[in-house]
Amino acid sequence: MKRTKIITNFIIFFLFIFHVNAKEPSKLITEIVNEASIILSSSDPVESKIIKLNNIAEVNVDIEGIGMYTLGKYRKILSENQKIKYKKLFKSYFLKSFSSRLVDYSDPKINVVSQKKINDKYTIVSTVLEETSKNPKIKIDWRIYTKNPDRPLIRDLIVEGLSLARTQKEEFKSIIQNNDGDINYLFKSLEEFIIK
Amino acid sequence: MKKILSIFFITFFSQIIFLNVFAGSDGSIKLNKNENSNNNTADVKDCFETINRGIFAFNQGLDKIFFKPVAKGYRYLPKPIRSGTSNALSNLSNVVTIPNNILQGQLKEAGINTLRFSINTTLGIAGIFDVASYYGLNKLDKEDYGQTLGKWGVKEGCYFVLPVLGPTTVRDSLGSLANFSGGDAWYNVTVGNNTKYFEDSDYYYSRLTAGVDFRAKNLESFDSLEKNSLDLYASVRSLYLQDRTRKINNIDKTTETLNDDDWEEIDTQ
Repeated sequence: MKRTKIITNFIIFFLFIFHVNAKEPSKLITEIVNEASIILSSSDPVESKIIKLNNIAEVNVDIEGIGMYTLGKYRKILSENQKIKYKKLFKSYFLKSFSSRLVDYSDPKINVVSQKKINDKYTIVSTVLEETSKNPKIKIDWRIYTKNPDRPLIRDLIVEGLSLARTQKEEFKSIIQNNDGDINYLFKSLEEFIIK
Repeated sequence: MKKILSIFFITFFSQIIFLNVFAGSDGSIKLNKNENSNNNTADVKDCFETINRGIFAFNQGLDKIFFKPVAKGYRYLPKPIRSGTSNALSNLSNVVTIPNNILQGQLKEAGINTLRFSINTTLGIAGIFDVASYYGLNKLDKEDYGQTLGKWGVKEGCYFVLPVLGPTTVRDSLGSLANFSGGDAWYNVTVGNNTKYFEDSDYYYSRLTAGVDFRAKNLESFDSLEKNSLDLYASVRSLYLQDRTRKINNIDKTTETLNDDDWEEIDTQ
């Protein structure tokens, strides 16, 4: 009887912990944006900013998931070795591209507007990048993968209705298609981008 | 000859407002046709891709030597001047948006845009000041004849790239032609008919300024896209087609623009 009570208490305790740890997607975005803003507005050298931004991405973005999505139908024909190679290349490509896009912004002001749960796996967080003297106001939606509510991950950015993941996917498809369906050309393009 | 040149310039400046200087595509892309049609997709063929890529490269060169430097210079103008210019051009675009609102059955939007146009043209001094927003009549999305054709169910047809004009589809090109066949009141009072109030050049200047204004607002975005693309041509084609689909369906909620099938398959947790 006592044993059952202890087990029950443990279950309640873990359920409580689980509940407390479950992170709201909008909160995740707010935290990331604030963190990135501090990094970007700091006087750190660019290299240091890139390292810190990449750390944020590695923790909060589902890089592997995006990589598989962007391969489209070709992900089904990859061998295990090709898959390993692709994941490695894509991660390097993604991080380089990600930090390069962000590092040009000195202090972006992004405000969370709302969030909408699509299903158990996805929530869309709507934000606005505030107008600056250079840029107009931009709507950015974040597709958050919430299958594991404890660790929500970003899977796509939809800028003014244009999906970056989808654009990437169609870009990769174009490279593969224009090279007779040979995935190695995509690997080559990724390698060239990474070392340039 | 003069007429042909006029149409060339008009088409050029009309298109440049959009994404133009960039352009591109590959075999075929699948895009959601309608947000309510349960992932009904349409293949958009890239006709003459090899030629299109050549034209795309030419357009990029033109952008580098002309549009980008001009847009950078435009950025140096004081913000009130740029805002006023942008407002006036946006106000002028209502003369195309309003008939398209009606053609698409958006009567409420047509009413709002008509009120906005009337207020901003008069109290807002030719649209320089957005007085209508002050009265709660907020700015709505622009509409054009290409979007109307899309709304009526006309397919995109081939995707292709025009010299100088940039990316388009058969449907969007037909839509642009409607502007010069009486569908654009601003064109009608400047180029289309001889009036004592306006010159042909007023139309061309307005289109050119709109193109420069758009380019200036997107200097960093284009640079970033160029720097980070493995195949810029394919990226621009994708962005163009996504944007047109979104505009035709008047989708504010961006999630419905995407086909979720692929995402559903990706399981990393």
